[in-house]
Amino acid sequence: MSREPALEVRAVSKWFGAVQALDQVSLRLGQSEILALLGDNGAGKSTLIKCISGVHRPDVGDVLIDGEPVELRSSADARRSGIETVYQDLALFDNLSPAANFFAGREETRGSWLGPFALLKEKAMASHTEELIHRLKVNVPARVGLVGLMSGGQRQGVAVARAAAFASKVVILDEPTAALGVRESRAVLDVVRELPKAGVAVIMISHNLEDVLSVADRAVVMRRGRIVGEEVPTEETHERLVGLIVKG
Amino acid sequence: MSSSAAIAGRAGPPPGPTGPPVSVRTPLAERTLWLGLTIVRMGPALILVLLVLVMAAIAPFFLTERNIQNVLTQTSVIALLAMGQLLVIVVRGIDASVGSVVGLSTVTGALMFGTSLHAAPIVIATMLLTGVVIGLINGCVFVYGRLPNSLINTLAMLYIAQGIAQALTHGDALQGMPSAVNDLGGGFLGVVPEAALLVAGMAILATVFCRSTRWGRWIFAVGGNIEAARRVGIPVNKVLVSVFVISGVFAGLAGVITAGQTNAGYGLAGSTSMLDAIAAVFIGGASFMGGRGSIGGALIGAFIIGCLRNGLDLLNVYPTWQLVAVGGVMLLAVELDVVRGYLENRFRVAQASRAVRS
Repeated sequence: MSREPALEVRAVSKWFGAVQALDQVSLRLGQSEILALLGDNGAGKSTLIKCISGVHRPDVGDVLIDGEPVELRSSADARRSGIETVYQDLALFDNLSPAANFFAGREETRGSWLGPFALLKEKAMASHTEELIHRLKVNVPARVGLVGLMSGGQRQGVAVARAAAFASKVVILDEPTAALGVRESRAVLDVVRELPKAGVAVIMISHNLEDVLSVADRAVVMRRGRIVGEEVPTEETHERLVGLIVKG
Repeated sequence: MSSSAAIAGRAGPPPGPTGPPVSVRTPLAERTLWLGLTIVRMGPALILVLLVLVMAAIAPFFLTERNIQNVLTQTSVIALLAMGQLLVIVVRGIDASVGSVVGLSTVTGALMFGTSLHAAPIVIATMLLTGVVIGLINGCVFVYGRLPNSLINTLAMLYIAQGIAQALTHGDALQGMPSAVNDLGGGFLGVVPEAALLVAGMAILATVFCRSTRWGRWIFAVGGNIEAARRVGIPVNKVLVSVFVISGVFAGLAGVITAGQTNAGYGLAGSTSMLDAIAAVFIGGASFMGGRGSIGGALIGAFIIGCLRNGLDLLNVYPTWQLVAVGGVMLLAVELDVVRGYLENRFRVAQASRAVRS
């Protein structure tokens, strides 16, 4: 495994018109690290994530993967570079199975000469999905069928597992537990904890310090487009993290 | 085949029809919900079976060989249109133009038959091409004209295609079709109407397309969540255009059958079957919210309408009451879709609360 950080952001700035959303932000994400990104609304967390996932392009600064600068012009570019993002709306297909959701847009097929009529490898996709769901310990009833029939936590689990399945480097999670109850949150965080074992690093936006304490190796706090501090989240640093979020 | 089978088929391993899909620990309430869901999903098939049984009991002629042939022939046009319409409805659209595409394609076929290029394959190809062209226009206007809903532009096409068809024939019927086309309309292979064989063949093709090909999967993905489909890199615009083209092809095929049945090209042919086809799709369990439905379901819907009309004819019920009956069944089907949504919601909640308890 490379000694270089899995992902590095170097002095990235981003303006929207006259408003500066990011101001010289630098960030290093170690291999297999779980990094929490904290900050109040409007602190620039989402903009930073969108710069990493190819939705926005930084006006100034670089994004590096394994020490190599990369140009992320689109979210497809980011995916090709090994970065997968789970947004709050999850982007799941309720009318399809977990396996169909996993492979949507990148289905495994046979007979590629058939073009659009290439036949789906249903069994292969189902077994890959099952294997991954099992490995990440996602609590999904094996044969429930449609994603639309799953609970919020199970859906979140499927979305996170889908990202993990295709990310070779980094999984970005935007508020993965925001819509969930305590028990379901815990189940999702268990899944997040499994991700580094699969060789991917994680950036997780969260408002919930309890979540951060329980999974993150490191927490970075943003305020007004800047990084204002970082801590290893523990009970002792809890107060200081809150202080950073509120006052910078 | 019910819509449940189709959905489960797309959805990897099908949930067993006999029990809940989960372990022995599954609570009773959840099992009951699953049973309810299964029944609702099989609703259209159950309605068809019930309808056939009732008709057979009160109309002695209903289950005779001759009458079954009649039902199959009469329903073939609606069935073809319904299969094409299904894919449009899956992506939350509607294709209101198909009625006059049937008429227009019978006219273009008849015109081609009047030229020196009157071989059956060329005539049939002309009719299918008519459907493709109209479908392509429908799809492109809808997608690239950035219309919020396809109802309006396909309604416009309903007028345009019918106007063109009437103009081409000066409002008359053009007599004459190749014998192969007439055979497709009214011929038999053994005891089976050729039209029914065509429907069966197309149903198999369309089912394989929907369930087992990448493009078919993409159509259902776009219907389920168009934004997510964009995000995962599915060519959403092309998928949307393609469903209108497919619907056009099916309308062209329905035109072939219609032309064969009447041995003529006539602009107003098929103008009533469009509403039947849309009704059939919804009766067959497709959801007006998109993403849900199956070719088998659309066929079942078509045959419910076909059996209802034929049976009421046999019973000498005045034709206007057939309309009332079809409308009634459609309301029932749409309400079933609502009940299904409610049960699925309850099921989801039950899942979540079990996750909390365990």
